[in-house]
Amino acid sequence: MPLTAYLVLAALVFAIGLFGVLTRRNAVGILLGIELMLNAVNINLAAFARFHADVVGLVFALFTIAITVAEVGLGLAIVIVIFRVRRTIDADHLTLLRG
Amino acid sequence: MAETVGFWIVAVVLLASSLAVVLTPNLFHAVLFLAAVLVATGVVFLLLEAPFLFGVQLLLYAGGVVTILVFAIMLTERLVGQRIVQASRFVVNGALVATAVFVGIVGFLVRRPGDALRLPAVGDSTAAVGAALVGPFAVPFELLGVLLVAALLGAIYFARTED
Repeated sequence: MPLTAYLVLAALVFAIGLFGVLTRRNAVGILLGIELMLNAVNINLAAFARFHADVVGLVFALFTIAITVAEVGLGLAIVIVIFRVRRTIDADHLTLLRG
Repeated sequence: MAETVGFWIVAVVLLASSLAVVLTPNLFHAVLFLAAVLVATGVVFLLLEAPFLFGVQLLLYAGGVVTILVFAIMLTERLVGQRIVQASRFVVNGALVATAVFVGIVGFLVRRPGDALRLPAVGDSTAAVGAALVGPFAVPFELLGVLLVAALLGAIYFARTED
């Protein structure tokens, strides 16, 4: 398959993830959408690494994965703290910082 | 040839699971579909001859991230005392924005000069990744360790009880 096929596949997954981030009400659902978007980026990095026979893309993908894991851990901790304080994780009700 | 067939199968599984993640009303099912997405992404890495990335994907994402997502849902769901069935909002607007972003990316792709040829593999990519991590990328690699410790401490700080 040509490089463009992988890039279009990644773009589709990215768009679907963006749709999830925009439409989900639940904070965990929004995190799931962010996961999809980050995965699409990893597909791009691995595809470029393979088609240019350059290992740097794989190293970048590794860094992305590690940072994503840290982000998910902290994001879920924040979600649980919000739930403890507000008794809801519905993003529509979390308006404390609204001006 | 095998790569082409594998690509289409994985692409269909990946896209169907991705749509299920954002569309299914039950959040727990969404996490299970996310696990399918992550495994399918790992198979894409295999098609791109990056077996090390496939292993990392399975261990960290499909093993770790999915587990803590399930934990988070179980905790909040049990405390709420009702099933997490959630409606979506702004579906039309969200679809419009997502489509616009996709069209923008594809428009950028088709204006790209020529399609890159698949260069012959550089041999075992795992050994090359390892050499790069302790060679030119040694400092970012160590910083990554600092980041993980900081994230761990932050999560513990958030999760601790008040007394």
